[in-house]
Amino acid sequence: MKLSGYVRPDGSVGFRNHVAILTSVGCANDVANKLGRMYPNALLLTHRQGCAQLGDDKEQSARTLAGLGKNPNIGAVLVIGMGCESITAEYLAEEISKAKKTVEFLDVLNEGGLLAALPKGARFLDKMIQETSQMLRVPCSLDALTLGVKCGLTDTTSGMATNPAVGLVADRVIESGGTVVFGETPEVIGAEHILANRAASPEVKSKLYRVVNECEERVKASGMDIRGANPAPGNIAGGITTIEEKSVGAIKKGGGKKLQGVLRYGEIPREKGLFFMDGPGRTPEALTGLSGAGAQIIIFPTGGGSPAGSLISPVIKVTGNPRTAERLKDHIDIDVSSIIQGESTLEKAGELVFQELLAVASGKATKSERLGYGMVSIWNIGPHM
Amino acid sequence: MKKAIVLDTKDNVATLLTDVDKNDVVQARTGEEVREIRVQEKIQFGHKCAMRKIRKGEHVIKYGEVIGQASQDIDEGRHVHVHNVESLRGRGDLA
Repeated sequence: MKLSGYVRPDGSVGFRNHVAILTSVGCANDVANKLGRMYPNALLLTHRQGCAQLGDDKEQSARTLAGLGKNPNIGAVLVIGMGCESITAEYLAEEISKAKKTVEFLDVLNEGGLLAALPKGARFLDKMIQETSQMLRVPCSLDALTLGVKCGLTDTTSGMATNPAVGLVADRVIESGGTVVFGETPEVIGAEHILANRAASPEVKSKLYRVVNECEERVKASGMDIRGANPAPGNIAGGITTIEEKSVGAIKKGGGKKLQGVLRYGEIPREKGLFFMDGPGRTPEALTGLSGAGAQIIIFPTGGGSPAGSLISPVIKVTGNPRTAERLKDHIDIDVSSIIQGESTLEKAGELVFQELLAVASGKATKSERLGYGMVSIWNIGPHM
Repeated sequence: MKKAIVLDTKDNVATLLTDVDKNDVVQARTGEEVREIRVQEKIQFGHKCAMRKIRKGEHVIKYGEVIGQASQDIDEGRHVHVHNVESLRGRGDLA
């Protein structure tokens, strides 16, 4: 098995080698954007959170932002804050430095404003790019991988073909000593009993039921029927009738191994194996959460051909819908529609996806990477004050 | 012949693997077993048709799991979708 990556000082392995500019608060985005124009090779991670959030919501943003910075695909990070926000650049830099990579921070207000902050940030980035660009790929094994799995623009081919084929890949990653994280809590509603049967302990089982129940209670508190929001109009057009139908198909993407734990959104698993991450199904938030949890690569089964990507973790798009494979081939990395046409098996399709995973991990650019798709969008669970 | 797939022996719906028109006879496969069914209306690829009459209030079963309940009587060969099936879960409108 040929696989290569960048070994980080903490022993983790990156399958990309980015220098990132990460803002601690949305107000610093303009500063990051200006530095990003000066250093177009740096990865710009801007978002709209970081301040005026309460309790769990603030913690969630802080945890996710730190997780993004810690992701092994990033070799060095410059964190930019204002100096007046609640999630400070200094706090994030300290958290990210626990992954033993190069981290610097600056606060725009403390530096004396934008014109003073820019040259300081540029000096940091210049040095980071110089150092990081000299790192080399070395052979490594699959136990270094945290694979994220997220499905999107689901139709009925997803549950019947694509998700089960991707599930076989998830199983192989775990058999090789790696980690798999999948999530999308609304898309467990109606299928929680199936997943709960595979929980490694009674605690994991009750935690799973708790997060699914909390999710359903939020829907009930809204007074709305979940249908229309999830399944979304695109899912319904693709033949998905109810959230239960979507869920039974959706959980197949995580494979069939024992469920080791239930993570909070953006939380990094502390051991190997299969993990469920609480969070929404909406694509940008779901992908950001997986990158925050440390996924270096994400496999994305899709029915309708979503172009979505993550800036940090290459996203491999797989479809089992023959029309999507043809019509939206610029979005699709792997076509497994031969399963539905009765010309292939799940096992053969799984092998195809697995080989693509190894190729992408070792450097092959995915379609969404080539197209430049991706954004940081953190799941917001409370009001902004 | 046009095809459909039934994912579990407990299922009362089949998923169509091609677009079908009214009166098309479709081969619906459950594992090794194949049954022919005449569809009663135009149905799109990937959508479901009833394998038998499903009465109002009865569960709709796919993958051997409950995916909702019929909101009206659904005759064999009819399109099974949001117009005649409702969710049992995530119903804030009923809470």
